[in-house]
Amino acid sequence: MTDVLPVGERRQLAPPVDDSGVLGWIRKNLFSSWGNGITTVVLIFAVGWILAGFLDWAVLTANFTAASGSECRGYGACWALIREKYRYIFFGSFPYEQHWRPLFAVIAMLAMLVLSADRRMWNWRLLVIWGVGSFVTFLLMFGQIHIPLSLMLTVALILGGAGMSLRKLIAGAGEMNAYRALAAIGLAGLALRIAGVLPGWSLAIAPLDYVETSLWGGIPVTIILATYGLAFAFPYGVLLALGRRSNLPLIKGLCVGFIELIRGVPLISLLIMASVMLPLFLPSGTTIDKFLRAQVAVILFAGAYIAEVIRGGLQSLPKGQFEAADAMGLNYMQKTLLIILPQALRVVIPPLINTFIGFFKDTSLVLIIGIFDFLNTANQALVDPNWAGFPGEVYLFAAFVYFVFCYSMSRYSKYLEVELNKGTHR
Amino acid sequence: MAVEALGTASRAKVAPWNDPVVRGWVFQIVVVGLVAGLAWYLVSNTIENLARQKIASGFDYLGREAGFEIGDTMIEYSPASTYARAIWVGILNTLRVAVLGIILSTILGTLIGVGRLSPNWLLSKICEWYVEAFRNVPLLLWLFLFYKLISEAFPGPRQAIGALWNTVFLSNRGLYFPTPMADLIHKWMGVGLLVGILGAILLHRWARKRQDATGQPFPSISTGFGVALGLPILIWLAAGAPSTMSWPVLKGFNFEGGTVIQPEFTALLVGLVLYTSAFVAEIVRSGILALHKGQSEAAAALGLSRGLAMRLVLLPQALRVIVPPMTSQYLNITKNSSLAIAIGYPDLVASINVTINQTGQAIENILIIMAAYLSVSLSISAFMNWYNKRIALRER
Repeated sequence: MTDVLPVGERRQLAPPVDDSGVLGWIRKNLFSSWGNGITTVVLIFAVGWILAGFLDWAVLTANFTAASGSECRGYGACWALIREKYRYIFFGSFPYEQHWRPLFAVIAMLAMLVLSADRRMWNWRLLVIWGVGSFVTFLLMFGQIHIPLSLMLTVALILGGAGMSLRKLIAGAGEMNAYRALAAIGLAGLALRIAGVLPGWSLAIAPLDYVETSLWGGIPVTIILATYGLAFAFPYGVLLALGRRSNLPLIKGLCVGFIELIRGVPLISLLIMASVMLPLFLPSGTTIDKFLRAQVAVILFAGAYIAEVIRGGLQSLPKGQFEAADAMGLNYMQKTLLIILPQALRVVIPPLINTFIGFFKDTSLVLIIGIFDFLNTANQALVDPNWAGFPGEVYLFAAFVYFVFCYSMSRYSKYLEVELNKGTHR
Repeated sequence: MAVEALGTASRAKVAPWNDPVVRGWVFQIVVVGLVAGLAWYLVSNTIENLARQKIASGFDYLGREAGFEIGDTMIEYSPASTYARAIWVGILNTLRVAVLGIILSTILGTLIGVGRLSPNWLLSKICEWYVEAFRNVPLLLWLFLFYKLISEAFPGPRQAIGALWNTVFLSNRGLYFPTPMADLIHKWMGVGLLVGILGAILLHRWARKRQDATGQPFPSISTGFGVALGLPILIWLAAGAPSTMSWPVLKGFNFEGGTVIQPEFTALLVGLVLYTSAFVAEIVRSGILALHKGQSEAAAALGLSRGLAMRLVLLPQALRVIVPPMTSQYLNITKNSSLAIAIGYPDLVASINVTINQTGQAIENILIIMAAYLSVSLSISAFMNWYNKRIALRER
């Protein structure tokens, strides 16, 4: 430090490289060093070569208007095939002139999902949205819905009972009486129904022709399997997760065994099991719809995975929350419903959406047991001998549709992660 | 003492239906009873149905002749073999694709994950789009796409593309290449390779100890490779270098001789590796990002190049974050290999599926599937847990 030169004689350093403006940005991000520069040039050539080839195939020499596959035998892509088959790919064997029904069913489900994505709806409105949305969807898909009296009574009993026990401390006298009345009507009605006093009557809503599930296909099937798979798996996944964290050894053992068993085997084996073993499990003579079997398998599978996601949320809660709830004298139900779950679920919403994306993709496996989901209808579009030999076009189109769905959901989950962490962000 | 007294005093007053311990046991017994009741209901239905449909039960069928062809086998198999053998062929095929898939997707995924963090904007964008493209489309779709591309884009065996002076043939039946004829010496070369690998590991340990003690480095990696590969070559030379080869030759409608990599296997492996490496890349990237920025800055301050800093400083630390989620990706590869059935690769599920169709004995076969996948999953988990413990930070 002693032999520092006087100010005037010190060697001047070169000024720092300008990294503002377009040129500066290019210099900083693409050509910061020799190695970087070479990488950039090689990548530009590689990407340019691939893109040029793809554009040439997909756009410049592509055929959009051919009337049959033989007219398409050029070099480029045959998008005319998609033009010809897109209705089959999207809606499967649903009666052709009725295709507006699955179209509006898909719109109803998408509206339901988009509305549920809005945080302002995360209260009683969510139930209304899903109730109305599901009703519209299945009415459009089936065309006719028969609601048996006993089902309505059961729902009344469950709603009343749940309201009475869950809102005991919060609800006013009027609301409480409404729950009591609901539960009483449900209970009395069910008792009379079992005793045979009330007839096996059912409410028929039948504005359209009935279309059975074997004719369903394409994008509505994929969305229904994924959405209702998750919706039904969610409550039982919560129960499994709570069971796994329970102090009761038998309950814990059952839940751990079930979760690990399901997570240890591939979905395909569950689907094969559902399609060949479910009929054996039930009393002879009962048949279950194939679609329902697949849905049951998806729900069983989804529940185990959701349980693990929720367990992560439960574990992330500090122990003080459990102890404080105990100290307040809350019982297990109150502690769980009022203190633990609201906090744990908030943490796991983004990973749950990622799980949902996984199921959305995994529903494609149902084609193994002969359900016509979106991937399967795309597959079937290739079978037509008039249009044979263009697998690339159809699969790229299907991949694009899947990508649009999954990518937008993953963006939403990223956004939500930031949004939900605002409270704890420093 | 006071607390104990309070505890016993309050316990004495509690009625049995208010005692949490009693309530817990009652609740558990009720739940277990319900589950057992459900199980009994299902089992009794099943027994009745099986009796009505005259389906045999038990594992006797395993010893009977399978009678179906399997296209791709690692061990001797013919339709005259038993069902047990057919299932074993399926298990081996599953394991082959799973092991190769795990190795390749780890390598590719790590490269892409590191590439996403590159200071080169173009490289990191390309890696990002690779990840997004493969993550957001079902694996099954990729498998179909690759399989159809391979089987439709390549010509039939008669017009096969010959390469390397017509010793390697590429057609829609697969890639045929010559291999050495089976020879007794191969067994000894295998033994030599194992001994060589063992020697290389010992050498590496010794080199490390020496560097710790004296600071002198020893090129143990290149010498290790030399030892491991040199020993079998020496054995081969000592045996007089037997070099009869089996050449692929077109006979009738297909090639005979040589070794073939079949299109189903290629499509499955490529699909699995590309799809899973996208997830692996995300895991690797988040593992590196989880490190404190000071680590990379300190490595740069020590004068390490980016590559050395990554290999010596960043990746070893990031491994601690990476290994647990990586385990579940490895399990996913193993389970996803069951999609093979959709493109006709004869894995475990495919063998079992044919067996179920031929024998009608669904329950036994499903049990075999579950047992096989559970044991593979559990062994992967056990291995990864052991590895995780080994690399975990040793805190004081």
